[in-house]
Amino acid sequence: MEQHTQHVDEHYDHIGSKMGMWLFIFTELILFGGLFIVYSVYRFMHPTAFHLAAEELDVAIGTINTVILLISSATIAMSITAMQQRKKKLCLGFMFATIFLGLVFLVNKYFEWKVKFEHGHYPGSDTLHELGHGDTLFYGLYFFMTGLHALHIVVGLIIIGFVVRYVINDKVNPERFALLENGGLYWHLVDVIWIFLFPLFYLIH
Amino acid sequence: MSKDDQHITSYKTISLVLLGLLFFTFLTVAITRVELGPYNTSAAMIIAGLKAALVLVYFMHLKFDQKVFGIMVIFVLLVFLAVIVVTFFDYLYR
Repeated sequence: MEQHTQHVDEHYDHIGSKMGMWLFIFTELILFGGLFIVYSVYRFMHPTAFHLAAEELDVAIGTINTVILLISSATIAMSITAMQQRKKKLCLGFMFATIFLGLVFLVNKYFEWKVKFEHGHYPGSDTLHELGHGDTLFYGLYFFMTGLHALHIVVGLIIIGFVVRYVINDKVNPERFALLENGGLYWHLVDVIWIFLFPLFYLIH
Repeated sequence: MSKDDQHITSYKTISLVLLGLLFFTFLTVAITRVELGPYNTSAAMIIAGLKAALVLVYFMHLKFDQKVFGIMVIFVLLVFLAVIVVTFFDYLYR
């Protein structure tokens, strides 16, 4: 009888999986890029309304949220370093820190939006109807773009949550952590988008 | 082994990049407080571009990964730039 030793080559293409993630990130960049162009064109057509409406936004809360997202980007990057150094607990700690910061971002966003709703600045409101076309466009874009971004935060948190599970049961390990890297790439993408949203809506008057 | 030559970004590098990002954030808030007229927008966009570049190059690992990733990103940015230019030619000269 021939000796039957089974040899399994697990398919693991680290570069390929990263390439796939980047291709997906490009579609996201183009999605938000298109929205940025829409914003620029409407701003160009309604300069005064956009100028005045932008002054209504809370720069303080926007700055705090920017700082929170930047720190969370650093913590997810550090979780990869910890993984490469085979420090599982530290890696998980950084991932939980990222999830916590993402949640804080969303809570801030909730309070920010709440104030806008209380002032009647929400899509389809009578207040905006009286203010005119420019303000309607500004707040429409504000809610759509920051809302779509917040949705990406939620998705990013879910992805990181899954990766946490895989790190705990060692499916993601120092030999095989493309999933963690790709989750990190997604989180950084969310950060890059916010880096442009913040000045466009909150700062430029 | 391909696994072993993977670049490890040090905590120090990540922290320095984070400090740079925070510095640019406060700089852009401060700059837009000053009335620079039309330069406000360009200043804010240039700083945002620098911040995005820091995130892409260090956090998203473009500096340490295979060159093909960087080339792909530059290509996509050029396509996006072309769309912006074409759109604004349309709006400025219609």
